[in-house]
Amino acid sequence: MGTVTSPAPAEIERTEPAEEVFAVPEPDVPWVTIVHNDPVNLMSYVTYVFQAYFGYSKDKATKLMLDVHHKGRAVVSSGSREEMERDVQAMHGYGLWATLQQDRK
Amino acid sequence: MPGTFEPLPGGGAAVALDDVEISIIRSLAVQLLELIGPGPAEDAPDDPLAGLFSEGPSEPPSDPVLMRLFPDAYGDPEGTPQAAEAEEQRAHSAEFRRYTENDLRAGKRDNALVVVRSLDALSSGSAGGDGAVLKLSAGESRQWLGALNDLRLAIGSRLEIADEDDSDLLFRLPDEDPRKPMVMAYLWLGGLQETLVATLMP
Repeated sequence: MGTVTSPAPAEIERTEPAEEVFAVPEPDVPWVTIVHNDPVNLMSYVTYVFQAYFGYSKDKATKLMLDVHHKGRAVVSSGSREEMERDVQAMHGYGLWATLQQDRK
Repeated sequence: MPGTFEPLPGGGAAVALDDVEISIIRSLAVQLLELIGPGPAEDAPDDPLAGLFSEGPSEPPSDPVLMRLFPDAYGDPEGTPQAAEAEEQRAHSAEFRRYTENDLRAGKRDNALVVVRSLDALSSGSAGGDGAVLKLSAGESRQWLGALNDLRLAIGSRLEIADEDDSDLLFRLPDEDPRKPMVMAYLWLGGLQETLVATLMP
């Protein structure tokens, strides 16, 4: 233990990546899923969807539903773009009106 | 109570429906199926791979009901983006649509089909004509819930309900207004959906 006898894997010389970093736009800005208000969807149904799909507590789901209802929209999840596309697709499946965007705030 | 879903012990829900109610829900579900259209594989039933490899549309649907059921995934409905940004959002929405719309259509079609089939099983089981009690498993309840919501979105879109004021106006329509039967159906489906959600609340 403690003595490394086998040769350690050689460090691969990293010479190129420096430029690539600059090519990726806003790498750390997360994406968000936004649910928009809609006069047809029932308040109870929207709360149900937030609980059933996201696994949110009744309190959190109700608060988000009220935000959608009163403010016209609410951010319901955040993460990578791929994750948010999955959430938006699920929301459309439930009939909720959702979009995704990069969180600029 | 008629028109009210009640939870069943052990999961699922039940509702008493008369023959008129059964035929209204069935007819609306069939119309929804016709609007959503067949799946991509149904155009080439002999090719098992057709469904797997076919891509969805990239253009948004022109029918307002379909546009509400399958909205754009990118774009701020309240924003006024610059031309370049709007163009980028259109391109992203088209890409999203290409990879998701077929699956979304299939899911909504499955839900509406469950509604039609469970109602057909009901009517064939009760030839009497006085209606029957529809019993749904927990899984069927969730599919009914989705289908009822899609039906209300479709009717709401046809009635051009765009905000809460529109719905208030529609609810006070005089009896002779041609939209009245559709409004009645919309409200009645809302009650059904409300009681069905209550049986599914965790």
